[in-house]
Amino acid sequence: MPIQEQDVKWVVEPKMGLVESLYLPAIFQGLKTTVKHMFGPKMTQQYPEERPRLPANYRGVHRLNRDEQGRVKCVACYMCSTACPARCIDIVAAPSPWADREKYPETFVIDELRCIYCGMCEQACPCDAIELTSLFELTGLSREEMMFDKEKLLSVFDQTVAAGTDPIRTRAGKLSGCSEPNV
Amino acid sequence: MSDFNLWYTLITIAVIFGVLQGTCAMLIYVERKIAAYVQDRIGPNRVGPYGLLQSVADGLKFLIKEEIVPARVDKPLFILAPCIAIFAAMLAFAVVPFGPTNKPGEAGYQFVIASGVDIGLVFIFAATSLTVYSIILGGWAANNKYSFIGGLRSSAQLVSYEIPMGMSVLGVVLLTRSLNLEKIIWQQAEGGLFAWNIFFQPLGFLIFMISAFAECNRLPFDLPEAEQELVGGYHTEYNAMKLALFFLGEYTHMITTSFLMVILYFGGWHLPFLAEVDGFWLLKLLIFAGKMSLFILFFMLVRWTIPRFRFDQLMALAWKVLIPLTLANLVCVMVVLEYRLSPWLLLPISLALLVGVGWIALVPAPRKAAA
Repeated sequence: MPIQEQDVKWVVEPKMGLVESLYLPAIFQGLKTTVKHMFGPKMTQQYPEERPRLPANYRGVHRLNRDEQGRVKCVACYMCSTACPARCIDIVAAPSPWADREKYPETFVIDELRCIYCGMCEQACPCDAIELTSLFELTGLSREEMMFDKEKLLSVFDQTVAAGTDPIRTRAGKLSGCSEPNV
Repeated sequence: MSDFNLWYTLITIAVIFGVLQGTCAMLIYVERKIAAYVQDRIGPNRVGPYGLLQSVADGLKFLIKEEIVPARVDKPLFILAPCIAIFAAMLAFAVVPFGPTNKPGEAGYQFVIASGVDIGLVFIFAATSLTVYSIILGGWAANNKYSFIGGLRSSAQLVSYEIPMGMSVLGVVLLTRSLNLEKIIWQQAEGGLFAWNIFFQPLGFLIFMISAFAECNRLPFDLPEAEQELVGGYHTEYNAMKLALFFLGEYTHMITTSFLMVILYFGGWHLPFLAEVDGFWLLKLLIFAGKMSLFILFFMLVRWTIPRFRFDQLMALAWKVLIPLTLANLVCVMVVLEYRLSPWLLLPISLALLVGVGWIALVPAPRKAAA
């Protein structure tokens, strides 16, 4: 429907007065702002000394979770691999050595350089086996080094549990999933 | 030429060369720091305590970088342009006093490379005009549309603003009856605080300062080297030492015009009670340097305060506003001197001129007749 007359707000540029046409008062006002900022607080975060405060749901490098018995929670259902938009998860399933599960991942490789850190694998997993931690400082000296396999991902788990930097979902309490005993 | 001493001059040249280059290097650091502080951040602070060795790192970088000369440039001109830039800037500094000076004609060491030059002011303007060459040659030789346009714009800007720059100081020259910079300082120092020319020529100072901004290609007049508009303008194709020479030339030019502003309008090394005519020489030197630094600080602050002028606004400002203002200013000074009125009359007259210009600018432009 056409715009109503009363909804239109006409904005007219204010006419330039004598004070504005001299330019100098406006320049002084600008200089006042500039000098005020010069003596104000600074926003810089001195990186290696001051770490950033990451938000709660920060998506960093992945980890494979262990259950209470120390076994890997993943049942190699391929849901994360299917959900991944960058197709960076590569799983090879095998019959599991434990009685209460059918399968377990024999190899589980994530190419951290292909990964876009979207968290879809974490959302897709029915067993809360894969999670994105708050570690963001990934460096490597070769591309092969950055393809994290199962042992590496489990070691990330051990590190974050030891450091107490579990992602928020773990800290929220009891996780749901197919790897928990039926309640 | 009665007291020309070759050794004093050579030693002064050597010392000044070193001090100027060192100051330019320090100014690059100061500029980055001030830019950062105004933008709510800390500038370079990693390279030394508080980042003080950043200039050393920058200098080393410029020295060891690979000198790339693009294939189809005009090689002699390409290499000549930055050399002219720094040559002209350094040449202009030859007659600028940078420390305590005596009454011209008296014996004794003056803190000037070439002391006793009676046309000092004209020499400085002539030498700084040579920088136009470096920009035109640099823009043309780079064989690049952006550089070319930048060079053209810059040369037009520089040439246009030389006129108000020269004419705005004519008021001071008439009041002092000499072009000799040492005499100008001496007259202000002898007369005390209220003989500083800023009280008699505030409008002249304002116009000179605006022209100095334009001559140094500093914001708000830095369209020729604006990165948003011209990818770097006339220094797009330069790198390493040649770019360093352009920057050194620009900073030396800034230092020279800051010194000039202090000498012409703010009494040079004079400060009431601390550095009177018979004060201690080191104190005078430090006060001179301090006043000059305040102006450089102002140059740098203004860079982050005012938006850039568009090219037609820039040219209109020079030709339609500043040149008539300088003419009017000159006429007022001539009237005051001819009828032997008090020079203090110039203060309200200058302010009235400024307000008058603002008022005239408000008169709406006449409508063009319909074609």
